[in-house]
Parts: sequence; C-alpha cells; structure tokens
Amino acid sequence: MQIKDHIREEQAFLGRTIVAALLVMLALLSLGARLVQLQVIEHQHFTTLSKDNRVKLIPLAPTRGLIYDRNGVLLAQNRPAYSLELVPERVKDIDATLERLSHYIAIDDDDRERFNRLRRRKRRFDSIPIRVNLDLEEAARFAVVRHRFPGVEIKAQLLRHYPFGKATSHLLGYVGRISSRDLKTIDTSNYAGTSHIGKTGIERSYEAALHGAVGVQQVEVNSVGRVVRILEETPPQPGQDLHLHLDITLQQIALEALGDYNGAVVAIDPRSGGILALASKPGYDPNLFVEGISRRAYRALQNDRDRPLYDRALRGQYPPGSTVKPFIGLAGLETGVIRYDTSYYCPGYFQLPGHEHKYRDWKKRGHGPMDLDAAITQSCDVYYYKLAFNLGIDAMSNYLAQFGFGRRSGVDLNSESRGILPSRDWKRRTKHQPWYPGETIIAGIGQGYFLTTPLQLAVATAAIANNGHLMTPHVVDYLQNRGNGERYPIPPQETAIPITSQANWDDVRRAMRHVVEGLRGTARRIRTDFYAIAGKTGTAQVFTVGQEEEYDEKNVAHKFRDHALFVGYAPADDPQIAVAVVVENGGHGGATAAPVARKVMDAWLLPRLYGPGANRGSDDS
Amino acid sequence: MSLHPTDLGDLSPTDPSRRQGLLARFHLDLPLLIGLLALSGYGLLVLYSASGQDVGQVERQLLRYLLAFGVMVGIAQVRPEQLMRWSPWLYLVGTLLLVLVLLIGDVGKGAQRWLDLGLIRFQPSEMVKLAVPMMLAWYLADKPLPPNWRHLVASAVMMMVPVLLIARQPDLGTSLLVASAGAFVLFLAGISWRLIFGLLGAAAAAAPILWHFMRDYQKQRVLTLLDPEKDPLGAGYHIIQSKIAIGSGGIWGKGWLAGTQSQLDFLPERHTDFIFAVLAEELGLVGVAVLLALYLFVILRGLYIASRAQDTYGRLLGGALTLVFFVYLFVNVGMVSGLLPVVGVPLPLISYGGTSLVTLMAGFGMLMSIHTHRKLLPR
Repeated sequence: MQIKDHIREEQAFLGRTIVAALLVMLALLSLGARLVQLQVIEHQHFTTLSKDNRVKLIPLAPTRGLIYDRNGVLLAQNRPAYSLELVPERVKDIDATLERLSHYIAIDDDDRERFNRLRRRKRRFDSIPIRVNLDLEEAARFAVVRHRFPGVEIKAQLLRHYPFGKATSHLLGYVGRISSRDLKTIDTSNYAGTSHIGKTGIERSYEAALHGAVGVQQVEVNSVGRVVRILEETPPQPGQDLHLHLDITLQQIALEALGDYNGAVVAIDPRSGGILALASKPGYDPNLFVEGISRRAYRALQNDRDRPLYDRALRGQYPPGSTVKPFIGLAGLETGVIRYDTSYYCPGYFQLPGHEHKYRDWKKRGHGPMDLDAAITQSCDVYYYKLAFNLGIDAMSNYLAQFGFGRRSGVDLNSESRGILPSRDWKRRTKHQPWYPGETIIAGIGQGYFLTTPLQLAVATAAIANNGHLMTPHVVDYLQNRGNGERYPIPPQETAIPITSQANWDDVRRAMRHVVEGLRGTARRIRTDFYAIAGKTGTAQVFTVGQEEEYDEKNVAHKFRDHALFVGYAPADDPQIAVAVVVENGGHGGATAAPVARKVMDAWLLPRLYGPGANRGSDDS
Repeated sequence: MSLHPTDLGDLSPTDPSRRQGLLARFHLDLPLLIGLLALSGYGLLVLYSASGQDVGQVERQLLRYLLAFGVMVGIAQVRPEQLMRWSPWLYLVGTLLLVLVLLIGDVGKGAQRWLDLGLIRFQPSEMVKLAVPMMLAWYLADKPLPPNWRHLVASAVMMMVPVLLIARQPDLGTSLLVASAGAFVLFLAGISWRLIFGLLGAAAAAAPILWHFMRDYQKQRVLTLLDPEKDPLGAGYHIIQSKIAIGSGGIWGKGWLAGTQSQLDFLPERHTDFIFAVLAEELGLVGVAVLLALYLFVILRGLYIASRAQDTYGRLLGGALTLVFFVYLFVNVGMVSGLLPVVGVPLPLISYGGTSLVTLMAGFGMLMSIHTHRKLLPR
C-alpha cells in the first residue's frame, strides 16, 4: 500500500497548475492571434464586406404535407389564419395601444398573458402576436382603423387544423411551436423559416416527409435594413402528403360504438396490415395545441380522471384475459401437447398436484368434459389451466411470441408500448425472481403478468385470420409528392409463423367461429346472417389503466368493474377486417365489447359485400 | 445583524482574522469578486447594445446576476469539508436524475414541452457539471497521487457515466464540458504525461470512428466550419456574418451601439451565443483585449486559490472548476471567430441567459469557500 506523501503531492500539483496556467495563456494568445488576423490584417477586407452587406437571406418555410384518409377525406389541413401582431420597437405606449385596440378586437386575459410572455422572450424589433385566429370580420374591422395603429399589423399565415378534432387526436397527434428540445434534434437550417413541428402521433413519426425542404430568398436591403428588392429565390419544397389506410367514417363509428365507456378499438386489414381504425376514447382537441394551449386548459387535460391525453390503443396495457385462448389452444395443438378432440374434465376448479390452492373457473359448477372447441366456444378456464400446466411456461411463451406479444409491433407511430409476455427470462430480468408454477396456470387464461395493447391484440388476431402471415401494422398507405403526384407506397411487411399442420389452424378458426355461431358461444348475441364472424371474448380483471403499473390483484381486483375485451375477424372464410376492442370497466366481453366490434364490421363489410348503402337497416339481432 | 456595539472594537485593523472586515465575514475573496463584477458589468454594457437597447432585457439579466451572485455568496459560506461530504450524494442524485430525464423523455415527448414552458426548468446536466469534478476530487482526496491504475479506471468510469447519459439526450456541448471537468481533475492529480499524450493520440485516432457515429446535423456543423458557404442559411451564415462583424470592427471598433452588423440584424443570436461578435464589432480589438484580460485575471486568481488550498480535495476541485470556466471561454470565442465548429456554448458571464450563469457562479462560490476557510496554521 502506498502512503500519501503530502509535500510531494503539493509540489506536483503546483507543477501541474503552472503548466495549466501556461496552457491557458497560450490558448488565449492563439485566440488573440486569430482576432488580430481578423481585425487588423484582414480588417480592410471585412470592412468592404460589411459595407456591401446589403444582401440578406430570408428563409422560406415549406408548406406542410396534408393528411388524407383512404377515401381522400382531409384529416389534417393548413388553414390561412390571421393574427394581429405588434412590433414593440415601433409602438410608444404598448399598454395604451392594447387598450385602444381592445375597442375593436376582443383581447382577453389569456391573450394578454401570452403577449407579455412572448414579449419578454423576443427582441424589440420582432413581431409579437396579440391575437391569433382572427375571423374575417375582425380582420376587416381592423383594416379600417389600421392607420391609427402604427406598428400593429395583421399577418396571414398557414396554421394546421384538424377538422375531426377528438376523433383523430391520438392517431394524428398535433404540431406545436418548435421548442428548445426540438432544436437539438433537427437540422436547424432546414427549419429556419418554420415555426411548428410534429409533436406526437403521425405528425411526429412522419415529420421528415411532412415538413419538406426550406427555400431561400435573397433580398437587398438598404442602409437601415429595409428590403429594397428581391434578388433571387429558391422556392421551398412542400412536404409530402400522406394517404392513410384509415377510414375516418369507420373511426367515428368505432368511437360512437363505445358509447359512454372509455376504451380502444383497433381495426386492421389482415391481408395488408393496413390500420383501418385506431380509436382511443376519450380524446382531446388537438387544435388547442397548435397555437399553444393555455396552461389552465392543459392542466385540466392532464388532471382529467379519464386521461384523455393517453393513447389507449397504442399505449394502454391490458391483461388480454380469455382473448388469448385461441392462441394458446393453437400452441397446444402445434406442439402436440393436445389434439383437437383431447378432453379435459372441468369440475369448476383446478389444483396443482400437491397443492391446496384452487384455481377457479368463472362458472362455479364447472363445464364438465371439454374439448378444445368447447373450451374456446364457452371460454372454459379449467381446460386452459390444464393446458397451460401441460405446455409449461417456456413452450407457451415461445409460441405466443411469434404472434407479437410482448414486443412492439413496429407500427409507423412512436411511443408504442411493449406489453408483457410473461416468461422465465422476463421475470428473472425484471423482478430477479424465479418462475413459479402457479404463474403458468393464470398466464393460461391471459391473467397474471400478461399485458397486451389493443394494437397487439388486433395484429395477432389478424395473423390468425391470415393463416400465419403476421403483417406489420401501418397507418400510412402511401406518400405523395405535391408537385408531380408521384406516389411512394409503404410496402406491406410480413413475418410468417411456421405451420406444423394446416388442420390445427383450421380447427382453431372453426372454434372461434363457434364463439359467435354456436348455441353456447359467449358472443352469440352478435351473430348475423349477412356474413360469418369468428372471434373470442375476454374479461380482464382490472388494474387502474394507464398508470403504467403492473397488475396487482390484491389492491384493485374488487375495486373496479372488469374490462371487457373482444377480438375477431370477418368474414370468417375470407377475412377482410380484424378487430380488437377493449371497453374499460365494461364488464363481460360478450355483452359490451363484442357488439362494438360487430358495428365496426358491419360498417366495413356490408357496403363491400352488398354494395354501397347496405349498412342501413342491418341492425337485426 | 447581531452586531453589538461592543463588537465593533474587535474589528480593529490589527486583528489579522478580521483584516478584510465584511468580505472576510462573508467568506468572499476580494480579487475574484472584483474580477467577476467587472465581467458582469462589461457584459451588461454589451447586452444593452446587443439586445437593441432593450432595457427590459438588461433588467432581467441583472436579476439573473443577482440570483447567481446570491448563490455564489451562499455557497461560499459552506465549509469545504461539508462540500466534500456532499460530493458523492450530489453526484448520485445528479446521475439518477439524468437517467430519469432519459426515461421520461422517452415517454411523454409531446407533453414535455409544456412542463418546460411553465415552471423554471431544472436541468440535471447543469448540476452534473459541478458534481462530476466534486465526485472525482472526493474520490481521489485520500488516495496516493498520482493515482494508480485501479483508481484511474474507477475515476474514468465515474466520469464517463454522466457524460454518456448527457450525450444520449443528445447534448454534445454539455457532455464535452462535463468530460473536460473530469479530465482536468485527473490532469491536476498528476497522471503521467505519457498517459496524457497516449489518450490524446488515441482520441485523434478515434476521430474517424466518432465521425461514423455522429448524427447528420452534427456532421453538418463540422463540415460547415470547413466550408461556411455550403450552409448559408444555418450555421454557415452565422459564421460568415460573425466573422464580418469581428473583422470590420478593427482596432478601435465602430463605437458602442453603432455596429452595423449587430444593429441591422445581420448577426444571428447576437445577444446569446454570438454576443462576442457584437463586442468585437463595436469595441474593436481594444475592447476584446480588455475582455480577455479580465478573463485571464479571473482564471489566474482561480488557479492561485487552487494552488494555495490546504487539502487535495480543494486543490483538485478548485483547479478543475477554474479550467472549465476557461473552456467555456475558449470554445465560445473559438466558435464565434470561426476556429471551432458551432456548438451551443455561451460566453461565460456575458451571454444572455440564466442556467449556466448560476452553475458558473456556484463554482466560484466553491472557490471562495476553499480559499476563505483555510485554517491559519503555520505551514
């Protein structure tokens, strides 16, 4: 062990300090030399440049790309907006001017607060908005008295507007003013003339395409800095338009179908992975964010118990409950643990060998002897406890992973949740605990640690419908250049799930069809004569949604009503739409979630199967 | 004040411990204080011009100075031993907050801005600028110096964790400042010249690899330095205009408030990162020389204080803080005069803005604490 030698250390430190001081002086000398070079040696050159510095470059902001739904309905547009602005440098008494202005144009406290806030941040010669979104009448009223307000002007600019408001809030997201945080991740020269940037949703994930490229205007200014003439102009390149797979009518029908409940509906075209509806309820008005939401309104949104800012479809993590039964059944068949006609007896409960604890079925008296078809149709829990026990967590978890559970789907949107696919490895990694057999049992009915997002459920269901072709979900169908109309489609991406026996897949799909068509099917109430539906109901014990907590049975199981779930696709023999529905606190899946899915399927399929207008009058059952 | 009339008798000029009266009582170092006040005053003068003679902006900056000097005085009261005890905790909290920022930054991207706008923004990276040199000084304080390999590796890890976390944010400018703070502690601790040159060589060799990992906009900034005409709208325009401003200023300058480049808005960000160009244009080489002399005075005083410190902790911390202050200066002036790429580092104590000001003055508070709490022992 070395001993500290204080005297020597002090001397060594002194030596280093002197070196540092010398280096500092050397560096300052080199800076000085550079400045002498600029200010003395090249002084003449720069003086000439400075005198001739009559050319200013003015950035020209590109217009942002528009967003359309699949039928060409405009979802995000750029609307001309008039704002009343003031240049502090040119106004003598600002308070008095505002006071006089308010006789002609309404200026409320929020406007004053924003004006004062911006005024503090901007320079005296910057134009600062007093009021935004003037209507034409107000603009006209001001135009008449304009000469009495030097330094106050009406400015026209394009502002983003979302005509469908709440219905598209989570999906499209919104644009907002560029923040200092944004500045760190963008090419600032490309954004030189741009005031807004995509903050969430599609507006964010397709920011690069939507924004376009900046243009430049070279202008000549006179000796006091006023523009004399335009010398040269490179026009900006407008952003690309986005055309979505989404059908806005379907989206609205899905939200309407949820009624007073909170929840999420995801509809996917199983053949392409195109997202037809991605609805999360409740939503919020994205237009509030475009010009800057007031602090009060934002706090109200944040503190709302229904959490309107929260995207349930993409980020909500729910226990899948019985909706995983078709997938686990398929796992049993494909791994050879069961056969289609393997029968397990259901006495109403299940016990692990050598354990007292009873895992109960939802049906107290039990279902009696059950094969896979009956177990899916009637949603027997005990059958699945036994199946899960025989499969083991590893085989179960490995098989389910192929359907995308427990990982991000790769949708072209940011901030998607992963969900949790429980496995030994996952538990060791996150909880540093071994796996217990009891946890396998409850995982068999989609409870315990198991969490899925509505999007994951829809994607997995679409993969069953599509016979093992798992399609990566996409919201955008193609991008289009404004100028030449050229289209850039987003190609479908698929991952094939290996199939051991085609019969197994057919069997599971038949069982899912019996869920709706069978006499004892849990979703028999949504049966329709117009087309065949295959599906599965689910009921998830509740944890408070969205608080990013793991499901904790003890604390909350009795506190709230269960979530109702339904996954399904139709037509059963030629699937064109796959739907996942989560109704928060909706009770039983067959009663509240399945009818929502039916309405969405009707709206999508009836016009396609029976011609336009066929959706009307189909409200049978 | 609890000054009893009888106490006044004790304030006799012959009492060595009271020689500097109020200054000593508040643990302030007079030369350093004078240097900082002179720089601040000079800064306000330039800011008045750079802001387009906006008194409101000057007032707000004055308030920030008051706050920052208040923080400095407050920290000067804390004994260095106390600072040393806090060091590991401050480091730990700062690093955890950095992790938190990364995690939360990942969750609520859209919403975050609003929290930023509302309350005063707290940046853990600012805290870490102080915590990293404090931590390393604390760690090395009771080790034999120069540190052996084991201690060196441990120090390097302590330094790199926050540096990488900040680089992930991504905030390259700040992470460089934090890294340099850590590197200065090691330099002052006496790591061998061979190692220093070896590391410098390795860094030079690694540059192409680093280039590979840089983001596009970061590459752009380096390329812009080599050929400013290529990016006339962004950083290139900044450099061109700022060089014109500096060069046309000449020896005597165009006069206060009379710089055409600054007043006609050719110069971008003229009251923040590019304020040096305003000064150079309006006050010329003479004004620049005065500024650099003031900086040199503050830096040399800081190094003197470090060299007179009585323990390793004070020496290492004091020296490192002073040298980081110098790095601010060097990087900013180098950037504005077109020697270095454009990274967002303000001119210390002069640029408009508050976050780094408070951190810098807190650092000077520590220097004062180190200097004024020395025990009067015969050496």
